[in-house]
Amino acid sequence: MNPICRVLDARGLPCPQPVILARKALAEGGFDLLEITVDDPASRENLLKFAAYAKCQVEEERVEGAQTRLRLTPSGASSPQAGEIPTCASAPEAGRAAVVLIAADGIGQGDLDLARLLMRGFLYTLTESEQLPRRVILMNSGVKLAIEGSGSLANLKKLEDRGVEVLSCGTCLEFYKLTDTLAVGGITNMYEIAGHLLEGPTVSIG
Amino acid sequence: MKLTSYTRFSGCGAKLGPGVLEQALCGLTQPAYPDLLADFQGGEDAGLFRLGAHSALVQTVDFFPPIVDDPHLFGRIAAANALSDIYAMGARPITALALVCHPLKALGLEPLKAMLAGGLEALTEAGCALLGGHSIEDPEPKLGYAITGLVDPARAWRNNTLRPGGRLILTKPIGTGLVNMALRAECASPESQAAAATAMATLNRVAAEVLSRFSVQACTDVTGFGLAGHAAEMAAGDVCGLAIRMDRVPLLPGVEEYAAMGLIPEGTYRNRDGRLRFLAGDLSSLALDLLFDPQTSGGLLAALPEAEAEPAMAALREAGVQAWIIGDTGGEPGQVRIL
Repeated sequence: MNPICRVLDARGLPCPQPVILARKALAEGGFDLLEITVDDPASRENLLKFAAYAKCQVEEERVEGAQTRLRLTPSGASSPQAGEIPTCASAPEAGRAAVVLIAADGIGQGDLDLARLLMRGFLYTLTESEQLPRRVILMNSGVKLAIEGSGSLANLKKLEDRGVEVLSCGTCLEFYKLTDTLAVGGITNMYEIAGHLLEGPTVSIG
Repeated sequence: MKLTSYTRFSGCGAKLGPGVLEQALCGLTQPAYPDLLADFQGGEDAGLFRLGAHSALVQTVDFFPPIVDDPHLFGRIAAANALSDIYAMGARPITALALVCHPLKALGLEPLKAMLAGGLEALTEAGCALLGGHSIEDPEPKLGYAITGLVDPARAWRNNTLRPGGRLILTKPIGTGLVNMALRAECASPESQAAAATAMATLNRVAAEVLSRFSVQACTDVTGFGLAGHAAEMAAGDVCGLAIRMDRVPLLPGVEEYAAMGLIPEGTYRNRDGRLRFLAGDLSSLALDLLFDPQTSGGLLAALPEAEAEPAMAALREAGVQAWIIGDTGGEPGQVRIL
């Protein structure tokens, strides 16, 4: 049987963020194996120290360059069979958000230009991420990201190409009179949206 | 508002590693000015330039991103840290210029006012006049000061003039980098935070004044390179090295646990990788994480003849300065032995 696995991507995060993430995950529990990818030697050393402190068994796999994948088995969890190297490859769904809900065309309050720039940056970063959500749902002014001429169009298309379902709220498109200019993904309704939001971990942004 | 959340690195942990700096400066020279006594070529705490027979300018600059969330306290710490290099030379600070980077849109004016007020408070305590400064808008806040001091060059304390048979005195506990990491991980105890804040906000002025009554062989201040990194600079003279007794090194409360948890600043590893070759002796992973922890506004590390060590300790205590004898001078030049 495959172990229940939680995957964390801590690449690019400054110290002590990778340790904070690992600590939080261990406190939450609910998995047999915690897999964390880091890309700098300081984070690697810190996680090895943290694993010893938290009494986890740890396995290390060099990925490429300075990238390292660390697999932590908490002492309470069922330990893997002898000779069987636990891997998370067969359980990529665990620990990742099922849905990203985008409820505006910018991120946060404050300067509008900055908010839009942040949203564009977020969607671009998402395309570069190894861990993709199953769906991106666009609501309210968030639907403006999916229309012709949007600066985020290419990134949303890229996400769609990588298997992410992109859905825009039909009521919102009609309200902004943008239904005809929708350029990526499908149209959905509140009934479906509510269902998607309740089916798994959701990240809300915007 | 959490000031430290706007920064990637904190305090002196933001410093480039010693190895990087050596590479960048390698091959750079300037004319041999007759009055130039110490410049970037040496490992001195501050530059030294002769003005007359008995006076020289001492100049230093230091600035960094917030290490604490309270802007007034951060201002104090930034000034105390910048002044420290002057005190480590046995000099008297006279003037200061502020260097300010501030994200005005994100933070507004109030924290900036509080930071500058905290800085001015510490400068005033030092009797050091603030003449002006320069400010730029920057997404990451940073504050520091360029300080000018005066010293009789014949009496200036150098950092690498150790003589055998001396004692090493340290005037603040170490571990500010670890406490800062723990603060970011939201697991720093109030006791650790308070002890670190008090240590960082304390000027090295009184410690330097007391030590100046004794025959200081060599002196430096413990900052970004960590205790072992600065000890290695002290040991880099050509007469002798030094030894640090690990069990005598004063630690801020909680830092051993923070180190064991892996809450170690990246700067610690940079320091270790750059200076490990100078160390010998008991080099446990925990000891290295403590000894190379980058300090912000750390204490003075001074070498005194053995006979003067205890009287100096008594005088420091009497003046209200915490101090510890943490080791001895002697052994191979260049070498820092950890006992």
